[in-house]
Amino acid sequence: MSTRIEERLFMIRYKADDKSHLVIKNQETCANCDAKECNFFCPADVYQWQASESLTSVAFENCIECGTCRLACPDHNIEWVYPKGGYGITYKFG
Amino acid sequence: MADERFDVVVVGAGPAGSAAALTMASAGLKVALIDRGEFPGAKNLFGGVLYRKQIEEIIPEFWKEAPLERVVTEQRLWILGSESAVTFSHRNEKYKNPPNAWTGLRAKFDPWFAGKAEQAGALPIYETVVTELLRENGRVVGVRTDRDDGDLRANLVIVADGVNSLLGKALGVHREWEPGEVSLAVKEIISLPKEKLQDRFNLEDNEGCTIEFVGEMQQMAGLGFLYTNQDTLSLGVGVMVNDLKKKRVKPYEVLDALKQHPMIRRLIQGGEVKEYAGHLIPEGGFNSIPPLSGDGWMICGDAAQMVNAVHREGTNLAITSGRLAGEAAVLAHSKGDFSAAAFKQYDQAVKASFVHKDLKKYRGLHGLMTADDAGTLFDKLPQALNDAAYQMLLVDGVTKKEKQAAAVHGLRDAVGGNIDLLKLGIKGWRAMNG
Repeated sequence: MSTRIEERLFMIRYKADDKSHLVIKNQETCANCDAKECNFFCPADVYQWQASESLTSVAFENCIECGTCRLACPDHNIEWVYPKGGYGITYKFG
Repeated sequence: MADERFDVVVVGAGPAGSAAALTMASAGLKVALIDRGEFPGAKNLFGGVLYRKQIEEIIPEFWKEAPLERVVTEQRLWILGSESAVTFSHRNEKYKNPPNAWTGLRAKFDPWFAGKAEQAGALPIYETVVTELLRENGRVVGVRTDRDDGDLRANLVIVADGVNSLLGKALGVHREWEPGEVSLAVKEIISLPKEKLQDRFNLEDNEGCTIEFVGEMQQMAGLGFLYTNQDTLSLGVGVMVNDLKKKRVKPYEVLDALKQHPMIRRLIQGGEVKEYAGHLIPEGGFNSIPPLSGDGWMICGDAAQMVNAVHREGTNLAITSGRLAGEAAVLAHSKGDFSAAAFKQYDQAVKASFVHKDLKKYRGLHGLMTADDAGTLFDKLPQALNDAAYQMLLVDGVTKKEKQAAAVHGLRDAVGGNIDLLKLGIKGWRAMNG
């Protein structure tokens, strides 16, 4: 019934940079974070804890640039800047 | 770029920045208007409703040429229960002439509005990120951009860089927002054949309808909306970020659940989702407004938390603050006085305007939304109200007196007792009448 996030993001025009504008400052911090709230609150599912590799993966190319992760990460462990000028999302409707 | 000197650099070509740029360029100031999007509005999002009054103050009869969707002639408020709703609405022909408000889409409106500033002489510098403010002796003297040789110097920088406002943080005028000072909104654009849309919402021609709803937000403080555009619907939900963190719910799952609600399902049925989008909304209100000006800078719009959550007004506050900042800059320019003291004119103008006064009136609301009992207000109470309405209208042989007593009990129990019901009532009244 519900639309998968991949299908949702597919509707947005992206121009992805090669370099991520989102950086996990310290993966150790993620390993020690019990809540891992970023795995839930991100509206584009950018962050996912990879238990096998013990790191948070960052699908920055899916980012819709809302800024939630920047202020909601309990450890402020995400370095967040805007994508370079002209990169990132472009809405058709907005 | 480095050789050019501007009177003013405006960062952000949203409603606030474009209003400021237009005001200043019209008065002959040399203005640069910077935006990081491919075009102004490319990254912007709102519910959204555009109001006449504040845009008209800058561009008379703008609606004859601006890209707008529908004239809002009916506003509905739905208090949702799990499979029900208690509804309020107001529809009035008087909202048509002149129109009070329109539904709109930012990827269409923002480029038009910024275009007006360009036509007045502002220099557009798009696809450009301002990475930092240039400062000399504590004074802001320009901006550094991510373009090669990308420094721009000016007598004044107007910071209109939106809710995240990295520049506002760089200035130190506000710290990082707390998760309780912002909500995250996710929205879908759903297309429907025009005739079907008009029939479903009881609309003729260019009439439009807005629906706000509370309740059914998975025990979180939040508000949903469903607005009619020409041949699309804007359906979204905004939830407080502190609640999202607590509940570990994905924001789009809240939207998905609402799309299955019997009140909403039938209105969007058969529609095709054309776009998914997300954005933060400032919710801190009056208490989160930072200092508005300083040595070489002024700050406007979302970057200054200027959103009236109760009336879902934002773009109009942004436009007014941008205009007032622009007017203060024009005055400073005419006097040749770009001191911090000269820009205080802007602070005073905001204080005298509806922006300050409306936000002040609702200053207590933020506390209500972030309180531990927010779940009561946004979840239990709407359900209790629906249960009460259901029982009152159900004819099942139970006497009206008994029904009324049960309804009052239900509401009382939802908030945890008589005293709490009274307290919540008083708190709510104070929040709305600060």
